[in-house]
Amino acid sequence: MTMQRYAEALNSALREEMARDDTVWLFGEDVSTYGGVFKVSKGLRDEFGPERVLDTPISEQTLTAMAVTAAMTGTRPVLEIMYADFMPLTLDALVNQASIYEYIWADQVQMPFVLRTQGGGGAGAGAQHSKSLDVLVAHVPGIKVVAPATPADAKGLLKAAIRDPHPVVFLEHKLLYNSRDEVPDGDHLCEIGKARTAREGSDVSIFATSKMVHDALKAATELEADGISAEVIDLRTLRPLDNTAIVQSVKKTNHAVVVNEGWRFCGFGAELSATIMEQAFDDLDAPVERLGTFDMPIPYSEPLETSVLPDAEKIAAAARRALR
Amino acid sequence: MKNSPSLDDQLEMYRKMVLVRQLEESLGELHKQGKTRGPIHRCDGQEAVGVGATAMLSSDDYVTSTHRGHAHYVGKGLDIHKIVAEILGRETGYCKGRAGHMIVASAEHGLLGGNAIVGACIPAAVGMAQSLKLLKSDRVAMCVFGDGSAQTGICHESMNIAALWKLPVIFVLEHNEYGLTVHSDEQSAIKDLYKRAEAYGMPGKKVDGNDMLAVYESVATSVDRARRGEGPSLIEAKTYRRAGFSTSDMGGYQSEEKIALWEKKDPITIAVKKLKKLVEPTTLRDIEELAIQHVKDAVDQALADPYPTFEPHAASNPYRGVVL
Repeated sequence: MTMQRYAEALNSALREEMARDDTVWLFGEDVSTYGGVFKVSKGLRDEFGPERVLDTPISEQTLTAMAVTAAMTGTRPVLEIMYADFMPLTLDALVNQASIYEYIWADQVQMPFVLRTQGGGGAGAGAQHSKSLDVLVAHVPGIKVVAPATPADAKGLLKAAIRDPHPVVFLEHKLLYNSRDEVPDGDHLCEIGKARTAREGSDVSIFATSKMVHDALKAATELEADGISAEVIDLRTLRPLDNTAIVQSVKKTNHAVVVNEGWRFCGFGAELSATIMEQAFDDLDAPVERLGTFDMPIPYSEPLETSVLPDAEKIAAAARRALR
Repeated sequence: MKNSPSLDDQLEMYRKMVLVRQLEESLGELHKQGKTRGPIHRCDGQEAVGVGATAMLSSDDYVTSTHRGHAHYVGKGLDIHKIVAEILGRETGYCKGRAGHMIVASAEHGLLGGNAIVGACIPAAVGMAQSLKLLKSDRVAMCVFGDGSAQTGICHESMNIAALWKLPVIFVLEHNEYGLTVHSDEQSAIKDLYKRAEAYGMPGKKVDGNDMLAVYESVATSVDRARRGEGPSLIEAKTYRRAGFSTSDMGGYQSEEKIALWEKKDPITIAVKKLKKLVEPTTLRDIEELAIQHVKDAVDQALADPYPTFEPHAASNPYRGVVL
């Protein structure tokens, strides 16, 4: 085990996979000479050369479309889209191109590419640099969507995503890049599509992704003081969703809180909630509590931004409502 | 002369143009009989572009195409029966009936593929070319796209990136004067779009798109350049869309005089006139008759072929434990 920051763990994953496989290459805005605005690709240009680590023009639509077809013709691109807020620019390439070809072309091609991006609020970055747009891609068949919460998972899931033969959108969080934790040494891989029990509990299950896992853990600590035992499930992958882990936890606690940092309306929490209703209805003692960002643009000023985002306090309150 | 096709090559191009023309006429009939689904976008009168531009390519060079791609498919060597079977939604089609006529692909022919999102084939070829460059291959990627596509943002982004990175791309602009019902004069302030090439830092040429030899010679020079690693070129092939936008087009916006004018400049007529100086008329007649019969047989065979049966697609929808 080595203590690493989340950004360093991602960097290790990229370095190891580029060393292992010559066909892996990185491109995106500011990723090469500067090493990425969040320093995830730091040092990789020096190590692997400018041919495999490319700074690009500001052309997200074309860069994403290139990742799709480069992946179907013999290489493994890893594209960085600097902010999740820029994801709308990538959507034709993901929704109309990447998502369809394996099925529509009768499995004549595979597309092993990874689109990395980072989202989330809490940094005062304003309405165009703070969103969590997970569901824009999680909605679409044919694309895997991964959102690690810890440095260990960041490394293990990114390595797995690069090796995956199918398109993977890899969602990072700007407030997690500096978080530090132990990361297994060596060829650490996490299976895409497997949830992780971040904390065991018996009274209520909190299902979360990305930074919300940490807020859920804080909430669980707070609830413990009131004698409430909360289980926190880090879903890690939005698609494919680990239904089995969700159902197992609800069967144990009979109460569920779902939290995702995207907007609540038509958000990922709605999918989680529906999954619980469909597959564990008889095990529920109360309606599912659903949390997300309040349905409005994310404001700049700190008290305003704090008001719209879900956090530990709101999660704890939701858990208490579920148990009332 | 270098980059001039041999007599056999010319006869093969002529044969393919007749195949495409017969294919378009047969599809028109099948549509009237209600035997096709959705719209069909015919390329009658534009055959010389698709056939002439692809004739010098190898099967492992890549071509990306449009919603009006039949001449590109046939030019790249796809089998007529498997094309027709795809258009008729049969199991024996290139994509097992999943794609339909606009999105046909054949990986073994490097045709990846038709694309019904206007402009999307342009960055697709650029991504393939980037893969080829990384793999240190001398293969090339060609996109054949229309004057409508040339007005998209991704066309600009793609040409900039391809020229910047000296990628082995051949941009073949099949200028047929229409984007659905709107004339190119109402979509661009300049008539000759090849002039944009200079601004991107690549060669640009204009060619008579109804003369298969002129298209071949012009494109072949650009293909050689790309294979030498000297970067992309833009060839604007001037032609005219005599057929409506699609089988659902009610018409009324193209002048009869102009259509008549372009009928006189029919690419097959021009090819016959030139070939008659080189071979006996019976040779051309035999080729024509065999090609027409080939398409008729392909249609009969495809009409008798089985439909596919529905099956879920695991790569598209990798949920765990969900029953359809």
